[in-house]
Amino acid sequence: MIASLTPRNVVVAVLLLLLAAVPVYAAVTANAFLVTLFTRVIILGMAASSLNLILGYGGMVSFGHAVYLGIGGYAVGILAQEGVTSGFAQWPVALIVSALFALLVGALSLRTRGVYFIMITLAFAQLLYYFGVGLDRYGADDGLTIRRRSQFADLINLSDRTQFYYLCFALLLATIYLIWRLVNSRFGMVIQGARSNDRRMRAIGFPTFRYRLTAFVIAGAICGLAGALLANHTGFISPATMHWTRSGDLIVMVVLGGMASSFGPLIGAVALLSLEEALPILIRAMAFPVFGDAAVRMAEYWQIVLGPLFLLVVLFARGGIDGLLAGARRG
Amino acid sequence: MKSFLMGTAALAALSTAPAAAQQSVKIGFISTFSGPTAVIGNDMRNSFELALDHLGRKIGGKPVEVIYEDDQQKPEVGVQKSQKLVESDKVDFVIGYIWSNVLLASLKPVVDSQTFLISANAGPSQIAGEQCSPYFFSTSWQNDQTPQAMGTYMTQKGVKTAFLIGPNYAAGKDMLTGVRTTFKGQVIGEELTKWPDQLDFSTELSKVRAAKPEAVFVFYPGAAGVQFLTQYAQSGLKGQIPLYTAFTVDAITLPLQKDLALGVPGAQEWVNDLPNDANKKFVADFRSKHKNYPSFYGAQSYDAANFVNSAVVAVNGDLTKKDAMRAEMRKANYASVRGPYKYGNNHFPIQNFYLQDVVKDAQGNLTLKTVATIVKDSQDQFHDKCPMKW
Amino acid sequence: MLLFIEQCLNGLQFGLLLFLLAAGLTLVFGIMDLVNLAHGSLYMLGAYFAATFAAWTDSFVIAALLALGATLLVGMALEVVALRRLYGRDHLDHVLGTFGLILFFNELVRIIWGPAGLSLPLPMWLIYPIEILPGLFYPTYRIAIILTALLVALFLYVLVMRTRLGMLIRAGASNREMTGALGVNINLLYTLVFGLGAALAGLAGLMQAPILTVQIGMGENILILAFVVIIIGGIGSIRGAFIAAVLVGLIDTIGRAFLPDVLRLVLSSRGASTVAPAMSSMMIYLLMAIVLVLRPEGLFPVSSK
Repeated sequence: MIASLTPRNVVVAVLLLLLAAVPVYAAVTANAFLVTLFTRVIILGMAASSLNLILGYGGMVSFGHAVYLGIGGYAVGILAQEGVTSGFAQWPVALIVSALFALLVGALSLRTRGVYFIMITLAFAQLLYYFGVGLDRYGADDGLTIRRRSQFADLINLSDRTQFYYLCFALLLATIYLIWRLVNSRFGMVIQGARSNDRRMRAIGFPTFRYRLTAFVIAGAICGLAGALLANHTGFISPATMHWTRSGDLIVMVVLGGMASSFGPLIGAVALLSLEEALPILIRAMAFPVFGDAAVRMAEYWQIVLGPLFLLVVLFARGGIDGLLAGARRG
Repeated sequence: MKSFLMGTAALAALSTAPAAAQQSVKIGFISTFSGPTAVIGNDMRNSFELALDHLGRKIGGKPVEVIYEDDQQKPEVGVQKSQKLVESDKVDFVIGYIWSNVLLASLKPVVDSQTFLISANAGPSQIAGEQCSPYFFSTSWQNDQTPQAMGTYMTQKGVKTAFLIGPNYAAGKDMLTGVRTTFKGQVIGEELTKWPDQLDFSTELSKVRAAKPEAVFVFYPGAAGVQFLTQYAQSGLKGQIPLYTAFTVDAITLPLQKDLALGVPGAQEWVNDLPNDANKKFVADFRSKHKNYPSFYGAQSYDAANFVNSAVVAVNGDLTKKDAMRAEMRKANYASVRGPYKYGNNHFPIQNFYLQDVVKDAQGNLTLKTVATIVKDSQDQFHDKCPMKW
Repeated sequence: MLLFIEQCLNGLQFGLLLFLLAAGLTLVFGIMDLVNLAHGSLYMLGAYFAATFAAWTDSFVIAALLALGATLLVGMALEVVALRRLYGRDHLDHVLGTFGLILFFNELVRIIWGPAGLSLPLPMWLIYPIEILPGLFYPTYRIAIILTALLVALFLYVLVMRTRLGMLIRAGASNREMTGALGVNINLLYTLVFGLGAALAGLAGLMQAPILTVQIGMGENILILAFVVIIIGGIGSIRGAFIAAVLVGLIDTIGRAFLPDVLRLVLSSRGASTVAPAMSSMMIYLLMAIVLVLRPEGLFPVSSK
């Protein structure tokens, strides 16, 4: 990554520094909840980044990506329930099962395009969602409480909030780096080429199906790992994690942050959190001169601004926040 | 979308002064305040607020601050809100929980942080048994107890065959298990429906019609209770096969169920006409403030406030003395609206259960009335599995 | 036997309700190539309007008619103000934009009607059952739903197959450019089609309101089923939507009705009750996945553009 002082690079650098400093700040202000809050942002940023590989770069609009969060989470949860609390067993299972499921879904879905691809990925996600709902032994719809975090002998103690935070942060950065390397290699060139003109790429001689499937599997596996992290973080897993609306959340993070950009998904995850807090304050501030005390109640309905905001982003800022920062950029 | 956005807490948490010295008692109240079951959450909130008013807005002599959180009837939202209450808001007590699945998901973070969790409604069997905790207390009941009372009543009435219907989540399963424990007749059918999505019971009602039981036992809290009774009447089963219920007909659903609920008995540990002073004051003041009768959800929340108050009074406001508070709590030393009761080793009440029926009062309005005491000093069957002894 | 017939009727009723929702969706998708996630919000608005008008007028039928009109207007307004800018764009743009609209409508409903939801009571003449076969009592209201939906299906058939407007719709579905080139006012056509779709969604919403629910977000679960239906049936095909909807309704209901008993042979009763509804839901998605893999255009595809 060429480190030139563009606005976008500055923002990203500052963001990374701030995120790295969160546990320190939290310790100083004795507010441990901050760490909890930002751990979730980081994990979701990791999941969104994995989606970006296939959605942003590959043009594969998967409406079932949250399913891997569920697979990873249930790998940890089910194994913990059965007495296997070692992370050395749980996390590889999370990765492998996610990869296998992605392989299955990808093999069947990647022959379709457009809305059909969206719907078939959705179908598989709902299949797994309902499968989770039917898991009577593991809580079904009520979900599963995870009593102990993944154990890693003496290497790292996940119950320590700070250690867990930095582990997630490290994994996030590793994910972003991995995707950056993939995208800037021949592999990534084929994926992106296939997004804009699949026929041409195949005409040149690239077996695009195989490349896209590989990307799909990698994205699924990374998201599965994020799922294992999320389950450790919340201490709870339920089929709701795999519901199609959660996949929608991930897509929003990617698009809002900026598709086909390294840090876009992370920016998207942070942005959504900030919006949740900033919008009520903004509404209150803007409405107060006109409506006085009623402005506080009005601020409760901040989500009514969020909806049209998405529509506006879609219509006018297709490149997301990252796109806005980098100047005019086609999505 | 909502659960992600609503489930993460404020950045404003940045600058709130943390250990704002114990000058006030902070309570986190978590219930459902959106969706069709928001009426229950509102009833609980109204009752809780009334209790605080009666206490002069003080708990143990200290000013009280209540933070209300909405669990949206979802376990994953409930656990996040519970975490926020104990970690960010640093409350001294967490009270509430309508739904057993939400409570089960939220238990660990609260008790792990050594904060007292008072359930004002949900009573899953797991928490009465293996998962019992010194930091958990119930001011309601254990899920199985109420249907057990109803099962006893059905046996007393000579019912030979019954069909059981309920929602497929922690409490629903507990309810149907509870009836099976005490009902001595034969259960010829059992259906658990998808919760909370499934509101169309036509499939299950068709099965009831085909099975021809002598009676049907049903558990559907909140709006689902209204829909069930409506569909029961629509299918022509009302009047043909009597219904026995738990938590399906209450002060909240009755105005909507109207005449459809006439003659449908329910079992309850509290009915609005119980003749003790605390209850008379509670119901009278609630009615004058809110016009309708409070529900048992409200009664349990009212009790929770007084319950917590008794503990804080006993330690003179020193909230760090958790063991002393617990000792006081175990005595149930407060004026409960259901009358006096005791605690079992698992911190669940040992109490009476009454038969409630729906009648028309002097003004022709539908109201609930205590008809009989079904069982006295009932204790839940899971207390043996709880390792706590005191 | 009677039980089986009754369950089939239940499945048919659910399927027909699904058809009403899917018909509008497939029309809009087929003709304007618009993936409209906010279709479920129109379903929700239909129910809310009906509940409100019923409280004002004390008449279920008048309220239903008013609600239909209101939903039609809202639908057309929505198309003109927001959705027409999405035509021609990537499906992903549609998905995101209309996803934002779901949030908007949910919040708007919360502001206007509050968070708790409403109820729509049935008039007494619709409450009790009638004996449709000796020994088989079936709720009158559900029969009314079945009949109304069948009438609407017939109306749509006549509209699409036998009227000039229908001809334009079919032309627009199979070849948009040519239809526009032939001088048809495409904008007006699109607005009308969208309005029709909205009215159908509103009808579905208000019809299920007395027996099911009127609450925020009620459209989201059933919307996904509607999409499954139109994929199985074939995008743009009303006939396909009809057949697929009835199929899905029957699978779901028969599955929920008889699967638990079948499963009880191998699982515990509790286990069967948990697994059965999940399995019947899974069957529906499995069916869609199979259709997508083997015959992606759907069972009754409209001729390609």
